[in-house]
Amino acid sequence: MAWTGKILRVDLAKGTCKDEPLRMDWAKQYLGQRGLGTKYLAEEIDPKVDPLAPGNKLIMATGPLTGTNASTAGRYSVITKGALTGAIACSNSGGFFGNEMKNAGYDMIIFEGRAPKPVYLYLNNGDAKLVDAAGFWGKSVWDTEEGIKAKHQDPLIRVASIGVAGEKGVLFACIVNDMHRAAGRSGVGAVMGSKNLKAVALRGTLGVKVRDAKAFMAAVAKGKQALAANAVTGQGLPKYGTQVLMNVINEVGALPTRNHRDSQFEGANKISAEAMAAKRPDGKSNLVTNAACFACTIACGRVSQIDRTHYTVAERPKYQVASGGLEYEAAWALGAATGVGDLDALTFANFVCNEQGIDPISFGATLGAAMELYEMGAITSKDTGGIELKFGDPKALTEMTELTGRGEGFGAILGLGSKRMCEKYGKPELSMAVKGQEFPAYDARGIQGMGLTYATSNRGACHLRSYTVSSEILGVPVKTDPLVTEGKAALVKAFQDATAAVDSAGICVFTTFAWTLDDIAPQIDGACEGNWTTAKLLEVGERVWNLERQFNMRAGFTAKDDMLPARLLKDAAKTGPAKGLVNQLGKMLPEYYQLRGWTPDGVPSNETLKRLAL
Amino acid sequence: MKVVVKLYAMLEKYLPPGAADNQAATEIAPGDSVGRVLAGFGLPPEMCHLVLVNGVFVPPSERMTRTLKEGNHLAVWPPVAGG
Ligand code: SF4
Repeated sequence: MAWTGKILRVDLAKGTCKDEPLRMDWAKQYLGQRGLGTKYLAEEIDPKVDPLAPGNKLIMATGPLTGTNASTAGRYSVITKGALTGAIACSNSGGFFGNEMKNAGYDMIIFEGRAPKPVYLYLNNGDAKLVDAAGFWGKSVWDTEEGIKAKHQDPLIRVASIGVAGEKGVLFACIVNDMHRAAGRSGVGAVMGSKNLKAVALRGTLGVKVRDAKAFMAAVAKGKQALAANAVTGQGLPKYGTQVLMNVINEVGALPTRNHRDSQFEGANKISAEAMAAKRPDGKSNLVTNAACFACTIACGRVSQIDRTHYTVAERPKYQVASGGLEYEAAWALGAATGVGDLDALTFANFVCNEQGIDPISFGATLGAAMELYEMGAITSKDTGGIELKFGDPKALTEMTELTGRGEGFGAILGLGSKRMCEKYGKPELSMAVKGQEFPAYDARGIQGMGLTYATSNRGACHLRSYTVSSEILGVPVKTDPLVTEGKAALVKAFQDATAAVDSAGICVFTTFAWTLDDIAPQIDGACEGNWTTAKLLEVGERVWNLERQFNMRAGFTAKDDMLPARLLKDAAKTGPAKGLVNQLGKMLPEYYQLRGWTPDGVPSNETLKRLAL
Repeated sequence: MKVVVKLYAMLEKYLPPGAADNQAATEIAPGDSVGRVLAGFGLPPEMCHLVLVNGVFVPPSERMTRTLKEGNHLAVWPPVAGG
């Protein structure tokens, strides 16, 4: 079976690392990764705990397919109570770290308590120990990863670490693995920092077993053929990456611009996939090549290089090399949200986000809010240490990225996230967030289903919980009209449940541009005991969704938190197809609660809980 | 009359030489359909996945009958996605 059947429990206060058997009864109900990690967290912590207190736990979890040769099967998730949101946090990352954890012999690592001084976990094929991290504290993700490999004289170690931002409690700090892959959202890096845990370093060569090798290989081969034959996963994503969306979303009038004041950005094409591929005056292009995570046959990743004469790197050779390039969400947040149309400045800011471990989505969106506050005079250059926070100014962007990455100066204020920052300056309505987490790159006035997606997302505003853009804009699996609310409650629920199942399996959600659960179920079934069918996966997905909801309710969230900022509900879009429209959340939410089997107050009914064995 | 045709991703190469910003102002005859204009650029219909007129999707079934108006923006993508 593809679960290792083992978890590692690390008590940071006592300094102990102990093996324990995986609760197989829970694995059969929650599959793995997002689902299983959430089950453990919900069972083990008080949902009301302060996310940065030792009573919170941090779980790194793989899925049963992680470490197998199913396409994209390198994923892992970090599950904890989010520092930014106070809600359930589950941040998914690719790269190679998840595979290494599985091959080191564990489905999951649970960190509890707080270490008396900075440490990192070193785990080599089942042998785990906590190591003094004094020499790495205060160092960036990049330096930490290189330093740990050098210290152990092993370049094949895989490392996930926090930068200075996570140490200093920047509330949207992330955990970065393999230099530029991140468990990005909700401030999981701040939780790691609060535990004095600098890094997790893994080496694993134990292999992963599957239930029925023949059936598994057949299902995996069929899945890979489908990915290769599909125009999106076979050609579009490898060639242009997610960044191809920049012009699409701008054209449909749903590119949130300058803190959601506008929904189209005049500089969109300058920061798009097409611009990344175009030749610059130096004869090179921003995009150097694409890249893949472990076992991935799609390879959507970007590797970029900044023009060496650009002001950001001209004097700093360290940033002149090729490194992790812009994904769509990052390019939007660092660009359209701040009004900055300088591709190399965005690429530099993205490098720094990776280097210091901050979520570019929440950072860029918070900077956009700060720029609006600056424009109205609520923030002055006295607050910012003399830096003019003008919309569209690349230097304001790059300087603030560096300050926030180090948690210094006005960067420490930005590091609070937009909700706390806007409250501090007396303008809470300017925070474009749900449950304290900033929106990603889709304006809910121009894509109605995304309004419901954001409002009901259990981890705060997020596109990856139910990516209805796929249907409403891109026509996958079927095209729906982005400007209407009819049918969106059912669409959102269907996407939420299916995505929760995919996120619990160990594979990447981008496979679902080509795969349905019908393609995924045979791969899981070949790998795992338990007769895994599409119906069973959907049930797991729905169970996970309701479990997350229950966690949040016990943490103190109510239906009142399923709400969008007034700007999206009252200020109509000014241009594009959605001109004159607001998001009509009120039309979708009651139907959504009903379809979920929740009360009109958004509480899962007893029958629903019973049906899902919760 | 003039419309603006915008071709993105792999369709960029169908733009006339010298076109910048993925677009070309194009002279069309009144009554020309979306499909006709796209054929004029040599675009294979199966490559025209996402076809938008002023940002609004035109389904494949309407592309041969839907006419364009002066100043319309016709934007086209092959099958692409992101997230
Ligand atoms: S599709 Fe992209 S993000 Fe997903 S596993 Fe492959 S390279 Fe990584």
